[in-house]
Amino acid sequence: MAARVITVTSGKGGVGKTTMVANLGIALAVRGQRVVVIDADIGLRNLDVLLGLENRIVYDLVDVVEGRCRLRQAMVRDKRLSELFLLPAAQTRDKSAVQPEDMMRVCDSLRDQCDFVLVDSPAGIEQGFRYAVAPADEILIVTNPEVAAVRDADRIIGLVEAEEQGPTRLIINRIKPDMVRRGEMLDVPDVVELLAIDLIGIVPEDQDILVAANRGQPLAFSSDSSLAGRAFHNIARRLLGEDVPFLPLREPGVLERLFRFVRSEGD
Amino acid sequence: MGFLGRLLGRGEHSSGAVAKERLRLVLSHDRANISPALLDTLKDEIVTVISRHVPIDADGVEVTFSQNARETRLVADIPLSTRGGRYEK
Repeated sequence: MAARVITVTSGKGGVGKTTMVANLGIALAVRGQRVVVIDADIGLRNLDVLLGLENRIVYDLVDVVEGRCRLRQAMVRDKRLSELFLLPAAQTRDKSAVQPEDMMRVCDSLRDQCDFVLVDSPAGIEQGFRYAVAPADEILIVTNPEVAAVRDADRIIGLVEAEEQGPTRLIINRIKPDMVRRGEMLDVPDVVELLAIDLIGIVPEDQDILVAANRGQPLAFSSDSSLAGRAFHNIARRLLGEDVPFLPLREPGVLERLFRFVRSEGD
Repeated sequence: MGFLGRLLGRGEHSSGAVAKERLRLVLSHDRANISPALLDTLKDEIVTVISRHVPIDADGVEVTFSQNARETRLVADIPLSTRGGRYEK
């Protein structure tokens, strides 16, 4: 195996990076890929709770870096999906505990043990972002269709380009189709045109994301239940090289549903 | 923009369209690391330098950004003065 190391980052906080990593990790593992998700947000650990693995942590990333345990000992295996592992962040330390070379070393030693390493980057452009991006073969930028998030995403793209890293692809998260329809939200083509990088995913706003976080049971576990869940799976499929069309974000109208119903009855 | 567009708020003044236009400008400044104030200074100095050699219409000068994918260009549009055409000496 030669794992692909993919860092998920955004610049701005709160756009859905951690949710994205949790769901992409699951969607890839469901497809038989061996996946390690790394929480690189030292001091503000959250990937564990989103995945519902918070009670199983013994060691963390900083313990590995500082040699208090072996890498295997720090990895938490998800019992629901035997191919998914979490390398948690330390909660009582800060970003200065890890250097870019440390992350490169950790990721390099994972390369022959799995198919994908997904790194959940901290927000910001400081040390945490630097060490999260350092080991990346590919970068996924998560943004929301709002001015502050798009502006920060552009800054991140500039920094990544300056470091000559990438390829970099874009995920537009939390789009609200009804607001787009009313012209009260940036649309997907607007954001793609402004940022001028390739799009790999569009995820609609979905209340079930919060419910899933409440339970520690990410949406991607039940792929067909919601549009957002399907969107996560589609991104995973695109990462695996499948050509998957983007989901239509608009709910079909009454007439359209009636038409489809009549047509399917006729089959 | 038609009546329907206005009704649906999809015109150029809808907040989505405003967001896009504002972002376009902000990203240009961010990428080039050129503030609006610096752009004004550039414009003034361009006017000074060019008019030293050629008569120009200083009020009509526009210095803006143009974006092509992730490439940013500084574009100066400098109208030559119409007074004193080439047939008058």
